[in-house]
Amino acid sequence: MKVRVHITLKSGVLDPQGKAIQHALDGLGFAGVDGVRQGKYIEIDLAETDPAKARETAEAMCARLLANTVIEDYRVDVGA
Amino acid sequence: MKSAVIVFPGSNCDRDVQVALRASLGAEPLMAWHGDAALPAVDLIVVPGGFSYGDYLRAGAMAAHSPVMREVALRAAAGVPVLGICNGFQVLCEAGLLPGALMRNAGLKFICRDVHLRVDNARTIFTSGYATGQVVRMPVAHADGNYNADAATLDALEGEGRVAFRYCAADGAVTEAANPNGSARNIAGILNAAGNVLGMMPHPERLAEAALGGTDGRAMFDSVCTALV
Repeated sequence: MKVRVHITLKSGVLDPQGKAIQHALDGLGFAGVDGVRQGKYIEIDLAETDPAKARETAEAMCARLLANTVIEDYRVDVGA
Repeated sequence: MKSAVIVFPGSNCDRDVQVALRASLGAEPLMAWHGDAALPAVDLIVVPGGFSYGDYLRAGAMAAHSPVMREVALRAAAGVPVLGICNGFQVLCEAGLLPGALMRNAGLKFICRDVHLRVDNARTIFTSGYATGQVVRMPVAHADGNYNADAATLDALEGEGRVAFRYCAADGAVTEAANPNGSARNIAGILNAAGNVLGMMPHPERLAEAALGGTDGRAMFDSVCTALV
C-alpha cells in the first residue's frame, strides 16, 4: 500500500527558498503570485494492506524522522 | 581525561577537532565511528562539523538516528559533556538533545567567513576561559545555520542563561546586520538545561592555534579540559 507524505514548513516559519522561487516566478512574468511555500513530498510503499494501520505507521515515521516537528507540519495520504 | 570525536560518513571537521583536543588535552582523543553502538567510557564527546550522510532529508537528521548517537544521548543524560559544532549542532538538535532547529540560511547562500561572537555566558564548562560579554572571532561555514525555536523556548534559553554565543559586530553590538544567517535573536550557540551539552554553528577548532590565523577558539577546548581534569 502506498502512502504519500507531504511535509511543509509550519505557518509563521520563514521560508527563504519559497521567497526565492516567488521572485523567480515574478521575473519570468507570472503575475499575481501572492506567495510560495516549498515543502517535501515522500512516497512510501508499505507491505501493510490495512489503510488505518498504514496511516498510523506513516505518521510514526513522520514524527520520528521524516519531519522536524519544531519547524514542519506533515500530512499523510493513504492510497492504493 | 579521555575524549571522543564522533565520525560520520561525511564528517569533515573531525580531524581539526582531533588536533585541537590533542593540543588542549595533551592526550589523543578516540575517533568513534558512527556505526559503533558501543562507546568506551569518556569524559567528553565532540560531534564535529561536516555533511553527515550528505545532509539527506535535513542536515543532521540521519546522523541523529545512527547507532552511536543513541549512546551519546545516554551519556549526555548521565552528565557527560557533549559539544556539537556546526553539523554537530544540527545533529544534537535533530536528536532532541538541544531544543530548536537549524534551518536554511535566510540569505540562502552557503556562508564561509569569520564572524564575531559575543560570549553571553562564561559560567559554563565550555566557556569559562572567556569573559561574559567578550567578543571573539571564529569562522562559520554552513548553509543551514538559521537557528529557529518558538518564542517560549527562546525566552527560556535567554532567561536560564543558556545562550552561550550570539552573532555580533566587532564592537559587541548584537545587530541584525551582524547576523549572518537569520538566526532567532542572533543565537549562535546554546546549552541544554543541565548545562552539559553545547551546540554552536561557528568553528572554534578552526581558530585554535596561531598557525591557523587566530587562537580565539582555543579557550573553548582549554575550558572544557580544565573543567574535567
